[in-house]
Amino acid sequence: MNTIEQDQLLLKGLAENDKKSIEAIYRLNYTMIQTFVLNNNGSVDDARDIFQEAMVVLYEKSKAPTFSLTCQIRTYVYSICRRLWLKRLQALSKFSIQVESLEETIPVDEEVEEHEKVNNDFILMEHAMGKIGEPCKSLLDAYYLQKKNMQEIAVEFGYTNADNAKTQKYKCLVRLKKLFFTQYKMHN
Amino acid sequence: MDDILLLEAVERYLSGDMSFEERAFFEDLRKKDAEIDQLVVEHTFFLQGLDKYGSIKAFKHSLHEVEVNLGEEGILAAPKLAGKAKVVNFWDKYKRNVAVAASIAGFISLLTLGLMITYTKKYGNENYDVLVKELNKTNSEVYQLKKTNNIPVVTQKPEPKVDFRGTGFLIDGKGYLVTNAHVINKMKNIYVESTKGQYFTASSVYIDNTVDLAILKINDTSFKAIATLPYSIKKSNTDLGEQFFTLGFPRNEIVYGEGYVSAKSGSDGDTTSYQLTVSANPGNSGGPVINRNGEIIGIITAKDSKADGVVYAAKSKNIFELLEKLKKDDAKYELIKTPVNSNLKGLERVQQVKKMEEFVYMVVGN
Repeated sequence: MNTIEQDQLLLKGLAENDKKSIEAIYRLNYTMIQTFVLNNNGSVDDARDIFQEAMVVLYEKSKAPTFSLTCQIRTYVYSICRRLWLKRLQALSKFSIQVESLEETIPVDEEVEEHEKVNNDFILMEHAMGKIGEPCKSLLDAYYLQKKNMQEIAVEFGYTNADNAKTQKYKCLVRLKKLFFTQYKMHN
Repeated sequence: MDDILLLEAVERYLSGDMSFEERAFFEDLRKKDAEIDQLVVEHTFFLQGLDKYGSIKAFKHSLHEVEVNLGEEGILAAPKLAGKAKVVNFWDKYKRNVAVAASIAGFISLLTLGLMITYTKKYGNENYDVLVKELNKTNSEVYQLKKTNNIPVVTQKPEPKVDFRGTGFLIDGKGYLVTNAHVINKMKNIYVESTKGQYFTASSVYIDNTVDLAILKINDTSFKAIATLPYSIKKSNTDLGEQFFTLGFPRNEIVYGEGYVSAKSGSDGDTTSYQLTVSANPGNSGGPVINRNGEIIGIITAKDSKADGVVYAAKSKNIFELLEKLKKDDAKYELIKTPVNSNLKGLERVQQVKKMEEFVYMVVGN
C-alpha cells in the first residue's frame, strides 16, 4: 500500500473516532513532533499538548464532507504543530522568534484560526455543561451526546415516564442555552 | 411552559419528525413570526455546537486512551519527570519541619509504648481481647454492614444457599481479593461472583480482626488470571475532603456511590480508618473506596446507625501491612503483587467505573 492510500484509510478511521487509526497516526508522527518541540524550547508535556491539538484539527478536517488532503498526513500534522507552537511561543514572549524547521511545511494559517474558533466554542460549551449541575448534565449528555432515546433515559434516571424525562430535559436545555449564549456573546 | 413546548416543536422540526401538515403550519408560523424564526436559527446553531462539542469530547477521550496505552509501551514519555523535581524541592523546603515532626513522633511513640506497658501489666495477657471488647462496647451504635440474606442469589452455576453478602475486590490478578473480616467470619463456604455473573469458590488466606480485613484467594481453576488491574492501592494517607466513589453490592447488582473523606480517623479515634460521608448499606462492606486518580484509598467497613451518612472505612495502607504479615507467615505468598500504577487517571468517572467494575466481586457465603 502506498502512502496516499494508507493516509486515506487513516483519515477515514479518524473521522469515525477509531482508536486503531488514532494510534497509528501517533506511532507514525509523534516522535517527530516531540523532537521538534524539544528542540525549540518546549517540554515533553508541551509536545503532547500540541500534538493532541493537531489531532483535533485533523479530526475536524477529516469529518468535513468536502475534505481532501492535498499533502501527506505527516506534512500536515507537522505544519499544524509548527504553527501552533509558534503561536504559543509568540504569546509567551510577545516578539517573533525563529523556529528551526527541518521538515517540509504547507501554509495552515486558516486552519489554525478556524481551529481556534472551534476550540473556543468547545471550551464555552464545556464550561456551560460544567455549570448546570446534576442531573441536568447527565441528562443532556445522555440525550444529545450519547443519543439515547427518552424511554431509556426515563428508566436510567428513574423518571416515572418518558414525558416527565422530556420536560426535565427541556428545562435543562433552556438553562444550558442561557449559560452558553451569555458567555458566547461576551466573547464574540 | 410555553417556551418548552415551542422548543420541542423546533427540535421536532429540525430533526424532520413533523408530519407534512405540521411542517407546513410551522413554516408558515416561521414566516409570520420573526421571533420564532430567530429561535429556529439560534437553536440550529446551538444544536450544531452541542454536536460538535460531543464529537470532540469523544475524540479527546479516545486520544487520551491511546496516549495511556502508548505511555505503557514507552513510546510516549510519561509526564512524571516534573513530579520528581517537585518532591526534591519539597524536601529541601520542609527538611526542618520533618525533623521536628519526626522527633515529636518519636517522643509520642515512646510515650505510647510506656502506656502500653503499664496497660499490659494491669491486664496481663488478656489485654488484647479486652481492648477489642471495649472498642465494641463503646461502639455499640456502629453496626456492621453485613447483610443477612435468606433469599438465595440467582446465578448461573450451582446455587449455594446464601446467608451473608458483602463486597470484595482484586488486589492481585492471580485471584487475591480483599474484603472485611466480618464479612467472612461467619461463613463456612465462601463464594465470589463477578459483575459478569461468573461464580468462583474462594477461601480466606488471612484474617485480621483488629483492622477488620481479610484476604481471600479464588480457588477455582476456571478463574483466569488478570494481567493488569486498572487501579492502584494508595500507600499513604489521604486528605480531608478528598472526593471518592465506591462500588459495592448492597443489592444483587453492583451499586455506585459518591462521597468525601470527612475525618482522618474512624469511630472513637481509630487511626486505622477514615470517616466518610457517603451512602452505604448492608452489603457494601468490603467495597473499595476509590479517589479520582483511580487509587483505592480505603475499604468500607461499617456505619454509624444513629447518624446519617457517617460511614467508616479501613485505610488502604492496612492492606500492605496485612500482606507483609501474610508473606512472613508463608513464603508461598511472596508472589502476591499489588498493582502499582493506575490507568484510570484523567478518565471520566463513567469510564473509570466501567473499567473497574469487573474487578469488584460480590462475596457471598453460608
